[in-house]
Amino acid sequence: MGNDNLKRTARAKGEILLEMRGVMIEGESDDVWHQIVKGIDLTLRRGEVLGLIGESGAGKSTLGVAAMGFARPGCRFNGGTVTFDGIDLLKASDEERRKLRGSRISYVAQSAAAAFNPAHRLIDQTVETETQHGVRSMAESIADAQDLYGRLRLPNPTTIGMRYPHQVSGGQLQRVMTAMAMTCRPDLIIFDEPTTALDVTTQVEVLASIRSIVEEFNTAAIYITHDLAVVAQMAHRIMVLRHGKLVEEALTRDMLAEPKEVYTKSLWAVRKLAKQESTTDDLILQVDHVDAAYGNAVKILDDVSVTVPRGRTVAVVGESGSGKSTLARVVTGLLPPSKGSVKFNGSPLPPALPQRDKESLRRIQMIYQSADTALNPRHRVYDIIGRPLTFYHGLRGKQLDLRISELLKMIELDDSYMDRLPGEISGGQKQRVCIARALAAKPDLIICDEVTSALDQIVQEEILKLLLRLQVEFGISYLFITHDIATVRAIADEIVVMNQGKVVQQGQKTKVLSPPYPAYTELLLSSVPEMDPDWLTNLLQKRQAKAK
Amino acid sequence: MAEAVMDKKVPKARRSKVATALRELKKAPLTAWFGMIVLAIYVLFAVFAPLIAPFKEAEVMGDAFMPWEAPYYLGTDQLGRDMLTRMIFAARNSMGIAFAATALAFVSGGLLGVLCALLKGWFDQIVSRLVDAIMAIPSLIFALMVLSIFKQPTATNIILVIGIVDATRVFRLTRAVAMNVVALDFVEAAKLRGEKIGWVVFREIVPNIMPPLVTEFGLRYCFVFLTISALSFLGLGLQPPTADWGLMVRENSTLITYGDITPLLPAGAIALLTVAINFIVDWFLNKTSGLRDGQ
Repeated sequence: MGNDNLKRTARAKGEILLEMRGVMIEGESDDVWHQIVKGIDLTLRRGEVLGLIGESGAGKSTLGVAAMGFARPGCRFNGGTVTFDGIDLLKASDEERRKLRGSRISYVAQSAAAAFNPAHRLIDQTVETETQHGVRSMAESIADAQDLYGRLRLPNPTTIGMRYPHQVSGGQLQRVMTAMAMTCRPDLIIFDEPTTALDVTTQVEVLASIRSIVEEFNTAAIYITHDLAVVAQMAHRIMVLRHGKLVEEALTRDMLAEPKEVYTKSLWAVRKLAKQESTTDDLILQVDHVDAAYGNAVKILDDVSVTVPRGRTVAVVGESGSGKSTLARVVTGLLPPSKGSVKFNGSPLPPALPQRDKESLRRIQMIYQSADTALNPRHRVYDIIGRPLTFYHGLRGKQLDLRISELLKMIELDDSYMDRLPGEISGGQKQRVCIARALAAKPDLIICDEVTSALDQIVQEEILKLLLRLQVEFGISYLFITHDIATVRAIADEIVVMNQGKVVQQGQKTKVLSPPYPAYTELLLSSVPEMDPDWLTNLLQKRQAKAK
Repeated sequence: MAEAVMDKKVPKARRSKVATALRELKKAPLTAWFGMIVLAIYVLFAVFAPLIAPFKEAEVMGDAFMPWEAPYYLGTDQLGRDMLTRMIFAARNSMGIAFAATALAFVSGGLLGVLCALLKGWFDQIVSRLVDAIMAIPSLIFALMVLSIFKQPTATNIILVIGIVDATRVFRLTRAVAMNVVALDFVEAAKLRGEKIGWVVFREIVPNIMPPLVTEFGLRYCFVFLTISALSFLGLGLQPPTADWGLMVRENSTLITYGDITPLLPAGAIALLTVAINFIVDWFLNKTSGLRDGQ
């Protein structure tokens, strides 16, 4: 480990590559300009990896692209300087900046799927920048790209480039994008949340390959993320941003060991929420040997049995494609099972939605991952929360107004929100409105499908606390679908581990989270990043040793 | 607790839609203003035709083809009826029928489109294939064919035929945009709540597909208008003595040979209306599609 430390310090002592002084950026919305980045200084040396963290709206992505001398559409610089290797990027002509981008500075975006052109082969897109800038001949570029694919540990590096973007997995695509950014051997790469959209198990691989290749070519990097555990693995130095201002800046190890500012401490504390588990034999939901499939295709659920005790939380964990969301669709009746039964409160539920009566629909409510699409953008909060009240409980007029106001209080919002459209409130508030809509029905069971994964960590914690409090107050049971183990620790009483449509394990939280594990549970648990800067290094060594 | 309940104001401070509309109007470009003013004048003429027009719609006033002199400011037509009067009445007939036909097309095509997107399966298959079959026949020929079956093409027949032909286009558009909305979680949430299909269609889906539909309504109205004029010109539209711009072009077309521009007046009226509506639609499209923001 000592050696590793030494290497990091040595790298952080290169000459200054990027210097931003008092950068101010403003953005336009509704014809009003408001400040997004409020005067930030940033220095990056050659070969150094700088982590930018903060909640959404902190201005971290805006600052990230500003390092290329670029302001997003609808934004503009209104102060400060950006100097890259002696060149003042804000004063440089478009032509000069264009020459730098791609060849000396490159950018890796969050959603690789959206960043690739689906109509071209991967290899053509990888070498495009290089041939555009005329650095090397096509043949050399292709050979180099294949070499990079190999270094990034992509399977079949010589042939994978002939595929189209939809023919490789999300994690592979993200690595191809990193290769694309690397082709010109840039001095600086900006990674904007490159692993946020990936599963934990895939994330580990991508993180490992990004880290090794950046080290290998001594590339400086700015790593933007809201996940502290991830940034702890990648960055030498961390800058914490909030509301467009710098909160704290320190070397990774120092900041992890002793954060100074209150805000930073609160970020660190988020992952420590943990629910005391409890149990009961009184089952509210029994899913009994259920098979389910879409059309006549392969089974998505294969002999799945899950039980939810009354007033408790059962967390369903697994990577994408494991069948967690399909389980929710079976319970809600959207997808009738092809075999097996679902019992609710001891009596069997009709398999298909249209056969269920209003009363059983009322008792099972659902909260979705993306509050953006779960709320009708044309309905006001008043109507969104009011509808289930009118629909199930027949409330109207003044009674309805009062009840809506009560519900808003429960989700810690005030009456002024009644009049708003979903587009006019923040992501966390939208999720609260979704919770209020579910609560309005007075349900026995709420199915939460990845309800916190689209939110940043502080908001996540607030939502989890709210859900816990509501459970205590109203005795609601949760079927909580998630891929995030920290969330599971925070909220679950029991855990169900799913993989490829099968239940690997169901049991008490502490039992599932302590050894001995089934193989898949171990892989899943060990892939969850921890707040330890050596976690990734240790994990890779351990896995390597095991492989041998 | 009771006191708190008593104290509670019932909060209702919805921003007025009128205020928002006025704010948007202030930002409207010149072209849109031009369109709106022209359209307003047309509508005024259409609504108050009997009050504005100097004579009766089908009254023979003088000799045929009289020149542009008072009291016949635009001369007379081939039967000696006042051109100006007929121009004004035609606004009412042509625009009214076009509006009715377009509205019919939107109600039927739009509703079926949303239902197909929502229900999918065999319902969607049957309706879509039926629509494909109608769309396979060129619309003007289809309209001519159906209209020639009726001995006397009445206004109702014209509205029905054109409404059905155009409903197929509206159906396609509505189905496509509704598909995107149907896939969203809030529609699923409404279904899970146990909402009836009427609520899902009119409260959840329709408000979210209105912008492209309103735009299409404007454009479709122009097309319908042109189709009606074309039918009239071909003699299968409105029948004399009803005044109609398309019909008027035909009736007076001989004048062109003598270098008289009178028959071009109704044609010009059609053209101006089309341009005006397109200006308005353009503005609306720009505003709602967010093209302006470059996103």
